[in-house]
Amino acid sequence: MPDSSVPAVEVKALSKSFGSLRVLNDVNVTVPSGTTLCILGPSGSGKSTLLRCINLLETPDAGEVYLRGQRIGFADGVRQKEAQLWSTRARMGMVFQHFNLWPHLTVLGNVIESPMHVLRRSREESIAKAKALLEKVGVADKVQQFPHTLSGGQKQRVAIARALAMEPEVLLFDEPTSALDPEIVGEVLGVMRQLVREGMTMIVVTHEMAFAHEAADAIVFMDGGVVVETGPPDEFFTRPKTERARLFLQRYMR
Amino acid sequence: MHDIRIVLEHYTDFLAGLENTLWLSAATLLLASVLGCIFAGLLLSPIAVVKRCTAILVDGLRCIPFLLLVYLIYYGLPQVGLRFDRWSAGLGALVLYHSAYIGEIVRGAWTNLSKDQIEAGRAFGFRGFLLFRRIVLPQLFFASAPLVGNQAIYIMKDTAFLEIITVPELTFAAASIQSTYFVPFASFLAAVLLYWIVTILIEQGVLRIERAADLRRA
Repeated sequence: MPDSSVPAVEVKALSKSFGSLRVLNDVNVTVPSGTTLCILGPSGSGKSTLLRCINLLETPDAGEVYLRGQRIGFADGVRQKEAQLWSTRARMGMVFQHFNLWPHLTVLGNVIESPMHVLRRSREESIAKAKALLEKVGVADKVQQFPHTLSGGQKQRVAIARALAMEPEVLLFDEPTSALDPEIVGEVLGVMRQLVREGMTMIVVTHEMAFAHEAADAIVFMDGGVVVETGPPDEFFTRPKTERARLFLQRYMR
Repeated sequence: MHDIRIVLEHYTDFLAGLENTLWLSAATLLLASVLGCIFAGLLLSPIAVVKRCTAILVDGLRCIPFLLLVYLIYYGLPQVGLRFDRWSAGLGALVLYHSAYIGEIVRGAWTNLSKDQIEAGRAFGFRGFLLFRRIVLPQLFFASAPLVGNQAIYIMKDTAFLEIITVPELTFAAASIQSTYFVPFASFLAAVLLYWIVTILIEQGVLRIERAADLRRA
């Protein structure tokens, strides 16, 4: 068991601009091991960029990111090159809004691809694990199908299995239900709730307020690239401290 | 009937010609695919001058009749001291000419490739050549294979032009039989039928690739 006193993920004074647009401004976030953090906020508030800075798909302009107490993106104080970041990225699972499954591989192929070729696990081990994961997310009957034949909800559950197959230290979700029809959002959230119960460390960017309220251990509310408010979900949803959070909740909680 | 009998009596000549046509086509398809991928990479180069020069070369090749390219290589280049035998000149012309077309096909497929799935690859720890080999290349293959398969038919038909530089392929074989025995109709018809059969076989292969690609569409 990892030392639980060290946070799984810690973000310190992170800033990021795209041209003259400041997308993140002095963002600080701490995610203890085994907890779920939901990041809420209006569109364009920098939520997704924060998530993408954590697994280094975007390079922050300033600030530090720690994974289990270890500063990432840097080795011996020197910023790592793109080619050296892979082993850090492999420690984090990512689930995308548009699933981003690999269309040329079957469902099973998608799930075993990274364990086999990035982690260099054996094919047998990868397949056994993948089948168990696909069973867990409820798409065990689709293993030999190609992604385009699946529904959105099935695709996203396969994407979650693909991320879990890497045995990640933290799972990052970038609006995992925003591209889904309302009636199938529930099947994806169901899988995510199960992961919460199992003590997975998760950072979830979402607009699903009910899910955030009931499943998160902490809420970070962002607006305009800054963390406006942070706290336990009960407090955030019942007694928001800031006017901006109140307005946001009024708009989303109808 | 007499004409047909002459053609049938010389069927080994036709088969020898067909054999050369087939291996020339296959070698061209393979080599032009490799060179085409390189052209595609250069066409998408971030370096403007590389991109520009490759575009001029590729467009230039596609704008000239294939026969003229063969003339230029086989009869023209010896004047500047570059002499090739008929096989090298023929195969070289085929590869160069068709790699320009395949280069454009692959470039189009590459441009249309979803950036999201490549980013997913990076997010899962794929990098550099591993990312290209496991995530980019297979998608590139399935996106361009149906069009490259059609190109294979053009390649096969263009091998017939090599008759004029005396490469003994199928059309050359048919021409020699007809001129020796004066049986033009039967002789050329036999060649037509053989080209036709090969084209049908290629089309069947393309159809299979199309089905496989359709299953793997994004």
